[in-house]
Amino acid sequence: MHELPVMNSILAVVLKHAASNQVKKVVAIHLQVGELSDLEDAWMQQYFDYVSKGSLAEGAVLKIERIPVVMRCSACGHSFRINVKDGMKPLCPECGGDKHSLVSGREYLIKNMEVL
Amino acid sequence: MNDAVRIIEVKEDILADNALMAKNLNAELTASKTFLMNLMASPGAGKTTTLLATLALIGKHLKVGVMEADIDSKVDAEKIAAAGTEAIQIKTGGFCHMDATMVKTGLDAMDSPRFDLVILENVGNLVCPAEFETGAHLNAMILSIPEGDDKPLKYPLMFSVCQVLLVNKMDYLPLSDFNLDVFRERVRAINPDMTIFEISAKTGEGVDAWAQWLTARVKSVIG
Repeated sequence: MHELPVMNSILAVVLKHAASNQVKKVVAIHLQVGELSDLEDAWMQQYFDYVSKGSLAEGAVLKIERIPVVMRCSACGHSFRINVKDGMKPLCPECGGDKHSLVSGREYLIKNMEVL
Repeated sequence: MNDAVRIIEVKEDILADNALMAKNLNAELTASKTFLMNLMASPGAGKTTTLLATLALIGKHLKVGVMEADIDSKVDAEKIAAAGTEAIQIKTGGFCHMDATMVKTGLDAMDSPRFDLVILENVGNLVCPAEFETGAHLNAMILSIPEGDDKPLKYPLMFSVCQVLLVNKMDYLPLSDFNLDVFRERVRAINPDMTIFEISAKTGEGVDAWAQWLTARVKSVIG
């Protein structure tokens, strides 16, 4: 669905860094993607291949690392990981509190890129 | 040596540009005393019908404008305008969501400072609109009974980015195996602070309470 704008954004950032670093070819791109994202690795690669055709990043491999969903308890400040797919109401393992805020799990970060 | 692979540290958030744009847009809206609500739901959840029922109640207290986003049609804006509320249609041209830049273009076109409340009816789906901040003061979603009580498990991001949830088509509940208790528990698992209203846009059930809540929310920002 929204792979295309996301992949276009990734390509723009990659090409910007490639230009300022005298890069001949981008070999791989290391992404950190939150577990709340619905984008599948295989589709991200396919769409990236499509948008990067004819650029320095054509053929680059996306290395995708998933970042877990972490909540911070509003009562005691303890951070803990949750599994959003199990549908269980998460309670803070330290104090049992049920009010939390999201610390991580939404990100789309380009960590680094391997280049020639 | 020339052909050795080297690593360039990038460390850039690719949604950062949009997030910054959204933050600035939100500040501009607040300064011009206009409240922006981003309404999201699946196709057929009853977004336009819920809007019409809501507008009938809040239109007396607030000057409201509607921004309809659709991939390619203007039927929704025509329905809203026929009911007496100013509406513009944004054709996203294949885009599955609105981003902050597109929202800003729409707000400028409708001269948004004239309004107390602008409602953005986002493109109908529970996936893409959740990823892109729009600058809204309030993210609202509708989930209708026929869609099923498992949706928080399938679309956790949408349920996590919204502050209010309208459970629509409550009149279908007796015909359905939708379990409201299980559903509420699944929503709270992802978003403990979600405010939930059970409504039927068709019969009007529960729309009053939602409209009052929304009016109070708008007034808390625009004064």
